[in-house]
Amino acid sequence: MSPRTKTSMNKTAQKIRKPKLAVWKFSSCDGCQLSLLDCEEELLPITEYIEIANFPEASRASSKGPYDISLVEGSITTPHDAERIHQVRRQSKVLMTIGACATAGGIQALRNFKDVKQFISAVYANAKYIETLNKSTPIADHVFVDFELRGCPINKLQLLEVINAFLNGRKPNTPASAVCLECKRRFITCELVTHGALCLGPVTQAGCDALCPSYARGCFGCFGPKETPNTSSLSTYWNSLGIKDDELVRLFRGFNAYAEAFRRESEAHEK
Amino acid sequence: MVGIHLKTLIFERSELDHLVETLKRRDYKVIGPLLRGGAIVYDEITNTSSLPIGWTDERSNGKYRLKNRDDAVVFDWTVGPQSWKRFLFPPIQKIFATHKRPKGIDLPNTKKQPVQETVPAKYAFLGVRPCDLHAIAVQDKVFLGGPYRDPVYERKRSGNFIIAVNCRQAGGTCFCASMGTGPKATSGFDIALTEVLEGKRHYFIVEVGTELGGEVLKSLKCLKATDENLAALKEICEKTTQQMGRSLDTTNLKSILYQNSEHPRWESTASRCLTCANCTMVCPTCFCATIEDVTDLSGKQAERMRKWDSCFTLDFSYIHGGSVRASTKARYRQWVTHKLASWVDQFGTLGCVGCGRCITWCPVGIDITEEVRTIRENQS
Ligand code: SF4
Ligand code: SF4
Ligand code: SF4
Ligand code: SF4
Repeated sequence: MSPRTKTSMNKTAQKIRKPKLAVWKFSSCDGCQLSLLDCEEELLPITEYIEIANFPEASRASSKGPYDISLVEGSITTPHDAERIHQVRRQSKVLMTIGACATAGGIQALRNFKDVKQFISAVYANAKYIETLNKSTPIADHVFVDFELRGCPINKLQLLEVINAFLNGRKPNTPASAVCLECKRRFITCELVTHGALCLGPVTQAGCDALCPSYARGCFGCFGPKETPNTSSLSTYWNSLGIKDDELVRLFRGFNAYAEAFRRESEAHEK
Repeated sequence: MVGIHLKTLIFERSELDHLVETLKRRDYKVIGPLLRGGAIVYDEITNTSSLPIGWTDERSNGKYRLKNRDDAVVFDWTVGPQSWKRFLFPPIQKIFATHKRPKGIDLPNTKKQPVQETVPAKYAFLGVRPCDLHAIAVQDKVFLGGPYRDPVYERKRSGNFIIAVNCRQAGGTCFCASMGTGPKATSGFDIALTEVLEGKRHYFIVEVGTELGGEVLKSLKCLKATDENLAALKEICEKTTQQMGRSLDTTNLKSILYQNSEHPRWESTASRCLTCANCTMVCPTCFCATIEDVTDLSGKQAERMRKWDSCFTLDFSYIHGGSVRASTKARYRQWVTHKLASWVDQFGTLGCVGCGRCITWCPVGIDITEEVRTIRENQS
């Protein structure tokens, strides 16, 4: 995080260059960019302190790099993308990836467990014009990433927090501990313990404020593995309660299927 | 068996409504048990109709289920996922706000005026179990016992009216009898109730713990307890003691844990532990918090927030260069040895009251009593 230009706080702000922010899209559904647009009320105040220089989802107007901060959505799935991400990196002082696609390969990384050629021939009439990579990979596999913001989609409050922290030269408050802490701080009764839900909260990184448990659903793991995730203990426990391996494979093979800890866990239960 | 009390009375079940009424008239915010999300939790109540009448809880390792009973007993359950600490030590609390001046920052003068000026709610807690009375006493030591008193806790704790309820049955993960904290309340309450259902007769035996307790009871129709009532009280408490789902031998415990810091059991439990922190969040005595500073976009306003934290997170022991307790083994050992050993050095009492919440709400059912037993019986 580079500190903001101090003087932009006072009246000379207009004359001083505001930090430039760019938003980039790779293979993704655009949901994370929508989280930024969803900041409706907060978006205008943000533009007081930051110049949104490139954000195709919001506006066709764009100004040239270099950019002080780039938000990258989406994973790398084509040879062209694999080139383009280097261009983005070259133009960005700080590069931040947002969402499960950019940080873990996304749902499209389900292809990584199979042969992509078979999918192509099943889906397209003519495979000749399809240029795709064998695997969907996170941005950090290709270029250096300064900060990763998790989620499918990201939580808009966390996004604001990270932009805010960047502007003020402070550490963002985005803990890597379990969803369970958020559950308990909100007094949500545990779905796993009271109803036997297959909740991934104990191995998933916080950040959603326990969204699914607050609607009486187990956590789907869309923020990816937490710090020191003990996925094998949770699987062993569920196995002992009679949960079958193929169900465990499905559980861990969601939006973050290709995140290291979840990938290893699903592979361990695949016959 | 009958503890220290000024006098013992009885009142009929219907008087419970009047008790809540009386407390409300005295400007208390009455907090009591109610059903929510498949568990018995605590929140504000306005009358007795929301109490979990006819419900009970079944608790085992990593499992909690509500069960309907065929009677109208009000307090035949033990403890749920929440404890009274949620009101006295809130999970998210603003400590102060500050703003930037041309030179320096404004800080609230905490000596002149309290951090938050709003008149605090005066809590009346209805249905505090004996183990939880002890948990409150433990947190009193933590937050108010030393030279630095916690102003938030102090404000929330002051003027509490505590209605304890003795346990008619123990839960599957309870071990208060081992810890000397239950199943009968002996101190720390204004009044303590024991619920009795004898055929058609449904009444409460009332022990008065403070003058204020006696005062409040004056608005209720009470009778002096008879020898038979006292015998019923004794019998209920003895029966509950026999029912304890768990036990924990505390003899020499502190030195056993200190001497076995490299016991192989720590490592094998670490392979099961998810470091999810549920055990510490539900524990009524755990008091750890982290501080988060937040700013507005301009950087002119800032707030300091205090949030529940746990020795199971990596951030908890992070100092320059890394986390001190990087391994799960180190984190699990910290939790158990803090509760049962170093707490004694720190506060002169054990940090565990035997409520069993950590066992019930651990997603993989890790059981502190079983861990301690294994280490005690196989000392290295
Ligand atoms: S519902 Fe899930 S996330 Fe919440 S405490 Fe239970 S296991 Fe953790
Ligand atoms: S350590 Fe477990 S049993 Fe002991 S007081 Fe805490 S939650 Fe209750
Ligand atoms: S056991 Fe852990 S969370 Fe609980 S009080 Fe001790 S250090 Fe804090
Ligand atoms: S002992 Fe259980 S509740 Fe506590 S951190 Fe480990 S897995 Fe979570």
